Amino acid sequence: MAKTILGIGLDAVSYGMVLFIISIGLSIMMGLMRVVNLAHGAFAMIGGYLASYALKSIGVSYPLAIIIAVLGTIVIAAPFEILLYRRIYRKSDDLAQILLTIGITFLIIGLANFIFGPTSKSIPLPAALSGPYDLGFKVIPADRLFVMACGVCAALLLWLLVDRTEFGIRLRAAVDNGDMAEALGIKTQIIFSVTFALAVGLAAFGGVVGAELLPIEPYYALRYMVTFLVVVSVGGSGSILGALAASMILGLVDTTGKYLAPEYGEFFFYLLVIGIVFVFPNGLLGRSR
Amino acid sequence: MTDRLSIGVARSAAPAIPQDILALVSIPLIGAIGFVLFPDDLAFLTRLISLTLLVLSLDLVTGYCGVATLGHSAIFGVSAYAVGNACVAGLTDPIALLIVGAVSGAAAGLASGALVARFVGLPQLVLSIAIGQLTAALANKLSSLTGGSDGLSGIEPGRVFGVFAFDLYGRTGYIFSVAVLTIVFVILRRLVNSPFGLLCKAMKDDSLRARMIGARIYPRLVIMYGFSGIVAGIGGAIMAINTGVVGLDSVSFEQSAEALVMLVVGGAGTLWGGLFGSVAFQLFQHYVSAANPFHWLIMLGALLIAIVLFAPRGLAVLAGSLAQRTARLVWRRS
Repeated sequence: MAKTILGIGLDAVSYGMVLFIISIGLSIMMGLMRVVNLAHGAFAMIGGYLASYALKSIGVSYPLAIIIAVLGTIVIAAPFEILLYRRIYRKSDDLAQILLTIGITFLIIGLANFIFGPTSKSIPLPAALSGPYDLGFKVIPADRLFVMACGVCAALLLWLLVDRTEFGIRLRAAVDNGDMAEALGIKTQIIFSVTFALAVGLAAFGGVVGAELLPIEPYYALRYMVTFLVVVSVGGSGSILGALAASMILGLVDTTGKYLAPEYGEFFFYLLVIGIVFVFPNGLLGRSR
Repeated sequence: MTDRLSIGVARSAAPAIPQDILALVSIPLIGAIGFVLFPDDLAFLTRLISLTLLVLSLDLVTGYCGVATLGHSAIFGVSAYAVGNACVAGLTDPIALLIVGAVSGAAAGLASGALVARFVGLPQLVLSIAIGQLTAALANKLSSLTGGSDGLSGIEPGRVFGVFAFDLYGRTGYIFSVAVLTIVFVILRRLVNSPFGLLCKAMKDDSLRARMIGARIYPRLVIMYGFSGIVAGIGGAIMAINTGVVGLDSVSFEQSAEALVMLVVGGAGTLWGGLFGSVAFQLFQHYVSAANPFHWLIMLGALLIAIVLFAPRGLAVLAGSLAQRTARLVWRRS
């Protein structure tokens, strides 16, 4: 019994961390640019594909593959930002945003399949991460520990960036009152672009380190599109702590549900989502607008 | 200036009846053309009609009320399952089955509307998705009612008016579906041009002003959701009656997203736009995706981006304004 609880807990926390790493970028983007970006998962998928390609076809080391994946995804996403996303920041209606980003998702799914084929791509782990790791009281897979460490690092670094740096001050000013920030000489367009790059890079990073739990294949973008959006909405858009809490809670409920009552599928997950949205329409830690 | 004024006058002077007659004539006419051109593809065309009803139903809440929803096929699927179960249980009259679909659709629509209409923006969208996914998970779990992943089969409807039997080639089913679509479309035109429909449009355009003139928004949205549910339910009934099987795909997220895409491709906020978008999208999809499903996704993605950038009000409106412009140009030249 205790073993089951520990097993569920471990899977839940590592799944939650993957959700967090990928969703936090979307959350910051939605908090700042107010764009419902359904293509966020597609960028995570691109990261996974790039890492898989770099590891298996070029043969670089795992850390280098992560860097290639993150930078490569930002480069690939840049034209989308310049040509498309800029038009829908802050002002467009929901429907136009949904449609545009669904269109981008479809485009990326089609292209990914065209280039890499319909089969799922593995991301081979280095020897240090593929074995078991002895915690003293329990032996657990090392890659799970790595994912959790990545999630904690991402949360800490983001908090430092937003709370302690000059850029963070400008970013928060732009979130609170975009027009006033602009009037004070803050170049909001640059802030938006940097935030977009940050969000996409985090998505790619999450796509790579989470590939064991969310396997990389062309329909990845469509399959998890809703999950990431739900995490952001439950946590409250723009809130780092909110996204972390939402990822943990939803990861726990989803994993427990799949362990104990697999025939119900995602029933409990979405029941909880309905409950939370009903009680906290702006998310657990979101601010009302 | 004068020609713009005269167009305005002509528009407002044009009563609603000619458009109704246009619908009464054109939908059966296009249906007849489809019957003649694709006699071997009637099953596909019938499915197209059932999904068109789903798109029109979505148009009522999204196009006319501005509710962003990605969970509308839950209503469609629930009604399809209700109709399937009624038919398996022995209620085989097609008209009665349509009524079963409409009633269960209305109930499902009112229920989800009561939840979704409470919010706007992101919570509304997420709530609609969650309701849709919850319904899909339930449909998978309650396999005694839905057949689970095998689908609910054994739906064998009786004769229409006790005379016309459903044949192997789907001819009766097709004509029946075209007739239902025509009637529903004309009734919906009346609904959206009624004071109630106009008020819904006003709430969508400017909810604050609508509240200022005394409109209570929430109950009206829920009522519109009920009407929308009736239409989606009729669509689900058409689907269940004609295909004889109801599968999990009828409640899926993909179906909801596709319906929204069809609506916006055609033009949300006009019934003609929904009709046009649904027919054009599905015909295109039927022939292109049969060749290569992934090229289809690339083309669809590019098309969606192009529509948001260049024709945000949909292809039907774009075509209409292009036609008007050429007409004006020709008129000036002569």
